[in-house]
Amino acid sequence: MTSFMNEFGIILYATLIYTPPLLYAALGSCFSEVSGVVNIGIEGMMTAGAFTGTVVAYFTGSPYLGFICGGMAGMLFGAIHAFATVNLGADQTISGTAINMLGPGIVIMIARVLFNSTDTIPLTPDQKIPTLFKGVFDTSTVFGRFMDNVFATYASTYLVFVMVIVVWFVFYKTRFGLRLRACGEHPQACETLGINVIATRFACVCISGFLSGLGGACVTMATSNQFRPISIVGQGFIAIAAVLFGKFRPQGALLGCLLFGFCSGLKVVLGGSSGVNVHLISMIPYVVTVIVLVLFVGKSRVPAANGKPYLKSK
Amino acid sequence: MDKKKNVFTIIAETRIIHILLSILLGFAVGAFFLLIMGLDVGAAYGRLISSVTSVKGFSYVVVYSIPYIMTGLSVAFSFRTGIFNIGSEGQFVMGSMAAACIGILLGQLPSAILIPLCFLGAMVVGAVWGIIVGFLKNKWGINEVLSMIMFNWIAFYLSNFIAGIPAIHSDGTAEATKNISENASTLLSKELIADLGLCPTANWGILVALLMTIIAWLIIDKTTLGYRLKAVGFNKTAAEYGGINVSRSILTALAISGALAGLGGALQLMGMGSRISVFSSQEGYGFAGIVVALMGCSNPFGAFFAGIFYGALIYGGSKLNLVGAPTQLINVIVGTVVLFIAISVIFQRLKYVHINKKPKAAAVQSVKEGDDK
Repeated sequence: MTSFMNEFGIILYATLIYTPPLLYAALGSCFSEVSGVVNIGIEGMMTAGAFTGTVVAYFTGSPYLGFICGGMAGMLFGAIHAFATVNLGADQTISGTAINMLGPGIVIMIARVLFNSTDTIPLTPDQKIPTLFKGVFDTSTVFGRFMDNVFATYASTYLVFVMVIVVWFVFYKTRFGLRLRACGEHPQACETLGINVIATRFACVCISGFLSGLGGACVTMATSNQFRPISIVGQGFIAIAAVLFGKFRPQGALLGCLLFGFCSGLKVVLGGSSGVNVHLISMIPYVVTVIVLVLFVGKSRVPAANGKPYLKSK
Repeated sequence: MDKKKNVFTIIAETRIIHILLSILLGFAVGAFFLLIMGLDVGAAYGRLISSVTSVKGFSYVVVYSIPYIMTGLSVAFSFRTGIFNIGSEGQFVMGSMAAACIGILLGQLPSAILIPLCFLGAMVVGAVWGIIVGFLKNKWGINEVLSMIMFNWIAFYLSNFIAGIPAIHSDGTAEATKNISENASTLLSKELIADLGLCPTANWGILVALLMTIIAWLIIDKTTLGYRLKAVGFNKTAAEYGGINVSRSILTALAISGALAGLGGALQLMGMGSRISVFSSQEGYGFAGIVVALMGCSNPFGAFFAGIFYGALIYGGSKLNLVGAPTQLINVIVGTVVLFIAISVIFQRLKYVHINKKPKAAAVQSVKEGDDK
């Protein structure tokens, strides 16, 4: 029982480490996709955020400023994507692919200039995102250790769950949310009702970049303590997958990310204790996602105008 | 319309001009970054050009470009049939591993049998990797982009797992597979390489890539099968109404696309790699394939040349640090090129520039013709 509590605590701990970066990015992806702009450039925006976050935290010593600047860097690339796709009517997949090349390309070049290396200098514990509730729980008891494993985690982790609620509220309880959903379904109808489709979509793609940037900053400022070219490998695409999994709803994306994070946590514990091949264990999150899709989720309905450039003249 | 076309119309309608302009702009942005970093633009670009224009350099470029051409073809084929094959990475990895297994386990067979067998195995496994995704889509409506992302990673770990199986794993200390049998190698003979002054990994895989380019073009543009696949890509409902089996078309398109990517894996292994290492992160051939397909306007021949261009940038870029410029400059250049290709749709609006300059009646006429298209 004791060891079970311990291992379960570790699994949950790992879940809460793996989930937040994906979830930030997935919430961002929700904004963009639901407003009708395919954003495959999440990966590039995360990389930009991951790099900028650590660099700003390193030079200013403030993790909060770093975290916000990480978001802003993502937003910058979001704005490029938005300008190309929303204002100029560019193909959204092509533009997103470009962002995925530009993001890592530019930041690694800057890293070369600043640090003479592709890696940034590791952050000190003060420069990292702080851990909340450290030492609150009595780790001498089994239950206390469990609580410490689960709840003594980074502030960014707590923030992301708050963000889910905020995004849900924005989507379904505010005028902006109604408008952005409408823009993804029938932009022409929106325009006749006086909604500025271009502005709404532009804002949504920028928000998408901001949240992706925060997700990236989470990886380098909480999970690890430095940026390396392999810091962001595939998380952006997993976040997109989580949104498709969650049928383009923030609460669905939460489930998708938690499932993925939990399986990754499982991977950590199983990888250490069982004799099963580590590569097969690493496959678990991906296989489980496919199985859950087949068994429980099934078909997802893509917003009707998703991926279609909207030009006012039409 | 009058025979003499306005210069703006020509620019607006010629896709190749858009691509070339985008490439120029990409290099301009690259130069801008070089200037910011205080580096010599001429030296960097001079190095880039000189390293790919020598005989040896160009043979490296050709060798480098083979996998990019193949994944580019794979993605281009999928684009033309209305699917976004983001899964060519996984198909490439699986094809490569299939060829490795055949090349290691059946290494005693003569080349004439072994090489086609490796190609076939890689194509079949790549096709199967594509078909699984199509099956999930047809049977349960699972979004193909989502399952492809998952299957890319499943392929990644499966390849690592297979590389660790004793019959396949290297006898030495390397974290890799055994080398494939010499009989499975597509390398040119040593004498020929020495005589022509080519790079040591020069191989005839490029001929296979060219053959596949022609075949892909024939399938897409010259056969009923291609017509059906394109019809499904344009409008599923209309295609179904026209009597086309949509589910089967999706499976066929994914199978062909997957087979092309899988063959790419085999060509890369048998020409350049000769063994597969345990990966620490995805190789990115599939992702590069998307870029190549986009630069090639989703046309097989376009993908062929875009693949060589991409190979030249990657190989030339690897020499950039000799002049103190970061290799990542290439990513910035390519990213910018792709971004400008994306927004080159605005060039198409140039078509309407001349309208203002003509009498009103002519303007109405030309707008009508625009509508007829």
